Amino acid sequence: MGAFDWFRSDRAKSEALASAWVVPEPTRCVQCGICSFYCPVGIDVRRHVWRGEPVKDSRCLTCGECVKRCPRGLLRFEKAGTMRRLSTRRGR
Amino acid sequence: MPLRHLLVGSGPASIAAAEAIRSRDLTAEITCIGAEPEGYYSRPGLAYYLAKEVPEGSLFPFTDHDTDALGITFVPGTVVSLDRAARTVTLESGRTLPYDRLLLATGSIANPVHVPGGDLDGVVKLDDLRDARDLARRAGRGKAAVVVGGGITALEIVEGLCSRHVDVHYLMRKRRYWGNVLSETESLLVEDGLRQRGVEIHYDTRLAEILGDRGKVTGVRTESGDTIHCDMVAVAIGVHPRVELANDAGLECARGVLVDEFLATSDPDIYAAGDIAEVFDPGTQRRSLEVLWSSAVAKGRIAGLNMASGPIHAYDGGAPLNVTRLAGFKLTIMGTVGGGEDSDLEGIVRGDSEAWRQAGEATMVESQAGDAHVRLALGTDTIVGGVVMGDQALSFPLQDLIGARADVGAVIERLKEPGAPIARIVDDFWTEWSARA
Repeated sequence: MGAFDWFRSDRAKSEALASAWVVPEPTRCVQCGICSFYCPVGIDVRRHVWRGEPVKDSRCLTCGECVKRCPRGLLRFEKAGTMRRLSTRRGR
Repeated sequence: MPLRHLLVGSGPASIAAAEAIRSRDLTAEITCIGAEPEGYYSRPGLAYYLAKEVPEGSLFPFTDHDTDALGITFVPGTVVSLDRAARTVTLESGRTLPYDRLLLATGSIANPVHVPGGDLDGVVKLDDLRDARDLARRAGRGKAAVVVGGGITALEIVEGLCSRHVDVHYLMRKRRYWGNVLSETESLLVEDGLRQRGVEIHYDTRLAEILGDRGKVTGVRTESGDTIHCDMVAVAIGVHPRVELANDAGLECARGVLVDEFLATSDPDIYAAGDIAEVFDPGTQRRSLEVLWSSAVAKGRIAGLNMASGPIHAYDGGAPLNVTRLAGFKLTIMGTVGGGEDSDLEGIVRGDSEAWRQAGEATMVESQAGDAHVRLALGTDTIVGGVVMGDQALSFPLQDLIGARADVGAVIERLKEPGAPIARIVDDFWTEWSARA
């Protein structure tokens, strides 16, 4: 990869980081811990899910490892600053 | 004097209750009694541990620091009696603990297999962490296992053992897998997926006897007289709520502990949540059991709020939902989607809701859309249930529409047309509906 490509790739990552974050659907989570185990920078993704919060940790690379690994598909990228309306049923 | 909240059980219902109590009362005493020495862990995660996708240490969501911060005192032990007049519980050790409000969240336990040889060394289950460790220890290349039962747990065992290179024979009493929840197409997809993993499925096959030598499993004999040699027999034929404590204390019980909409038992100072709570659903006019993580959390939270503040928060069972993985397919089940009996099971299994089997007169439509197989159970003007296999994108809109009992009358006839693009119709409808909501 040339310097320009590297710059472009890094810029693309920065833009992704600035424009998207990982959001959970907490009702689907069973706290198995796979998301946290595979996070390359050690973010406790599971804790964000339990609280129903996007992964707002500044260390998040938006690499998608947790999204890909979650066996229940409850993590997704969404535009930063937004979070899909979560279901309010079942006491949540 | 601070209120004394005693939580019997250390699963998700108790943890959610403790958090809810603490959110309302900073000074309350919260004590959690757990029969499992490991404390709180992800029981559904045992499947991923068995499949070697996650190490055991990752199954524990809470650190000691978390429980300290929440102000919970954990007491290991088994409660053997409940004295409602004295408001105390007694542990196996003889220790007695007082309470002002009590939560019973004792969970459920696997049904034992009743055939000759059922007590041999090598008859295993997947009910708790110790079982998962035992299965992992016994598994390995060159070993063979027979799995009996159904639902999610049986397949978790099958897939976990396959991941550990065990030759697996899966015995089914009839012709298809989980026939009272899945459609024929869905069952076939799962069974094909199992075969691709090398599982040998034995249809119309009932276990007659587990064979052994010097106390250890050596094989099974089927009712038709065939013998299958194996090193272990895994049993997943269902679970039942642990209601003995409540029953002995004179609380109203049926299959589970009967609770009102606030999750209070027949004693107003005692609540029940999780697998043992048998809840009345005004929608179906039936009482039902659920062995679902999300339900346990939701019930625990409502019970905890009511324990702290009085009975003002009602539990809405809504549309029970679970996401699981069967033979490599991600699968979401929502609302009411099936009916009848499954001869591989005795009652309910882990990850299961009785409400799923109350589809009644609903019209079923299903179609393949890209990488997803989608099935809808249609009521008069609502979608009362849904199953999404494979790509899960549509499961989120469906979860909203089913959970909210959204009026889909405008598109229901289109959904029923042969060959209808179900996924597109639902997605388009949801986009408009959610913008309005």
